[in-house]
Amino acid sequence: MAPESNHSGRRSYIGFSGAEMLNEMLLAEGVEIIFGFPGGAVLPIFDVLYRSPLKFILTRHEQGAAHMADGYARSTGRTGVVLATSGPGATNLVTGLATANMDSVPVVALTGQVKSFLIGNDAFQEADTTGITRPITKHNFMVKRVEDLARTVKEAFHIARTGRPGPVVVDIAVDATANKLSDEPNLEMNLPGYKPRTAGHIRQIKLAAETINRSQRPALYVGGGVIISGASELLRALAEKGKIPVTTTLLGLGAFDESNPLAMQMLGMHGSATANFAVQECDCLIAVGARFDDRVTGNVSTFAPHAKVIHIDIDPASISKNVEVDIPVVGDAKDILEKMLPLIESPDRSKWLAQIEQWKQRYPLKYETDGRIRPQEVVEAIGRLTHHDAIIATGVGQHQMWAAQFYGWRRPRQIITSGGLGTMGYGCPAAIGAQFGNPGATVIDIDGDGSFSMTMVEVITAVQYQQPVKFVVLDNGYLGMVRQWQEMFYGKRYSAVVHPCPEFKMIAEGYGARGMKVSDRRELCDAINEMLKHEGPVVLHVAVEPEENVYPMVATGKSLHEMDLGKLA
Amino acid sequence: MRHVISALVQNQPGVLAHVAGMFAARGFNIDSLVVGRTEDPEQSRMTIVVIGDDKVLEQVRKQLAKIVTVVKVRDFEEVTYVERDLMLIRVHAAPEKRAEVVELANLFRGRVVDIARNNMTVELSGTEDKLEAFVDLVRPYGIRELARTGVIAMSRGEQKNARTSEAED
Repeated sequence: MAPESNHSGRRSYIGFSGAEMLNEMLLAEGVEIIFGFPGGAVLPIFDVLYRSPLKFILTRHEQGAAHMADGYARSTGRTGVVLATSGPGATNLVTGLATANMDSVPVVALTGQVKSFLIGNDAFQEADTTGITRPITKHNFMVKRVEDLARTVKEAFHIARTGRPGPVVVDIAVDATANKLSDEPNLEMNLPGYKPRTAGHIRQIKLAAETINRSQRPALYVGGGVIISGASELLRALAEKGKIPVTTTLLGLGAFDESNPLAMQMLGMHGSATANFAVQECDCLIAVGARFDDRVTGNVSTFAPHAKVIHIDIDPASISKNVEVDIPVVGDAKDILEKMLPLIESPDRSKWLAQIEQWKQRYPLKYETDGRIRPQEVVEAIGRLTHHDAIIATGVGQHQMWAAQFYGWRRPRQIITSGGLGTMGYGCPAAIGAQFGNPGATVIDIDGDGSFSMTMVEVITAVQYQQPVKFVVLDNGYLGMVRQWQEMFYGKRYSAVVHPCPEFKMIAEGYGARGMKVSDRRELCDAINEMLKHEGPVVLHVAVEPEENVYPMVATGKSLHEMDLGKLA
Repeated sequence: MRHVISALVQNQPGVLAHVAGMFAARGFNIDSLVVGRTEDPEQSRMTIVVIGDDKVLEQVRKQLAKIVTVVKVRDFEEVTYVERDLMLIRVHAAPEKRAEVVELANLFRGRVVDIARNNMTVELSGTEDKLEAFVDLVRPYGIRELARTGVIAMSRGEQKNARTSEAED
């Protein structure tokens, strides 16, 4: 959490331009880095950035800037900041904002707007940014007067990072940044309708604990909320004390160390068989910071049919939205788990845990190792060679699921992936953002050829700012996940999924990065090691088996236990 | 089921768009939506009539409360309350029919607020049912124009424990 504003009126801001005031506010909020792209309506801001201690990262596209701010935020827990101009600058942020919104990522987007008296006039580079972004942000503001700028920025940061975090847009008319303050700005936040609840209700916590203690076959179902609230350690303590096996969602990966014997890995459409069976068999399901997404539940009406459902979440609107909850506990996961831990007993659950172990032995995640390089073995090798300690970003599709299944997650904020919106093209810029937030860390984008092709232009941003991100592109020559669905549900009619790739090696070299290509299994580990050793950014192009499928798979409308185990069976 | 929900909101540009957009995006059906000032110039009150089952209504209430500029949400489901809808209705009434329409208006405690050679305008307030009953009765004369404000509501007496957004768990 960044320090609170220390501007209690000691200094005078009279005579400051709006842009100078903005700079002051960003520094007061603890901002160190801004991702973005300049333009006409933000020129006064860029003029101030010219001499500001704030680091500005010029991306090649505003979408890249938004994903970088998002990757920075997810990997550090701090609020990401993105700056773009009016009109197309703002509209190019849309995908990035929607991505952050679906996954509860704190991002503040500053957008320029045309002069206040031209708003609504179809002026050059005008777009109704607040109108466009309203449904895809946690909140947004328009600032037309320099007097309102400072307070609004403060409110924006407060909203972005408290409660269930999310993106907030501040759309600023260019004259509000150019004009000067003639009075001291009012820094008092005015948010009477914004009171996120953090403390859990003790009565509900007791009720939940009693229910857990009474249960024979409890299971923890953990989402990204546990990572956001910093409750991973408490989760481990709770699981171990109560002998409760743990499955995580895609965004919850890393909230629970997968080397822990209680870990069941991911659940849902491409979850482990163990996790899915456990959810269907459990008599008490404890959801923590998760929201019963359709990719998790499969057929809602048969989801966890024997379970009393406990739902811990900071967002009251998440409770009983998709699945009817028996015991809701609204509040911050950390606060609630802290209060719950002493109430949890350690009954004998050996029979249940033996059943879990049996599923694990019977249905491990596995793959074939003949013929071409299998994408799963690339992920597994990366996991092994980075000692499961790297920060991994992904695009969206098959490679994302393989990364989720095979990396071996150990700690929170390790996976940077677009879960809710499923944004292809997210991986490359998000990895760069994560690297900026974690200098010295190994950051790898495990990407697909389709996803990478959408935003790979940002490799040059990594080169320009000397960020040693590694991009591993699993090239199967298809848009693999769509192809898999066409194979399984559309009679193998491959429609618009053949996806020939360029020589990524040459493209990387054209951008000034190191380019590598491997297509022989025997060279795979050496190539990965060489990539990891290289000090600058690297694009490693891996040609993999073209028609590999992701298993297990729960088809749409099916229950979790009706999964297709494919070659795992 | 029909619910009357009242939301106290910050009196700021964009609030109505935010609320209306949320309803549209989440597929909730609005029967009527009224916005007006309150005694506090910083706050407005929205009264929204929503049709849906309990599960839908719970989501409506929570999603409304989640909007940053929405200060407080009340659902009048569990308290006795007064609701009023105001209607202006212009009815075709040739001189020989005027008396009949006036009589109907009087029976409904309406007022004739405008009169012309062949029509008259009646002002009527009350519950939606009452207004609709009147509309049905004057339909045979011919309705020229009709405008309604939509429902506003307030709880009776001193009870204030209509389910509010703060009492979720």
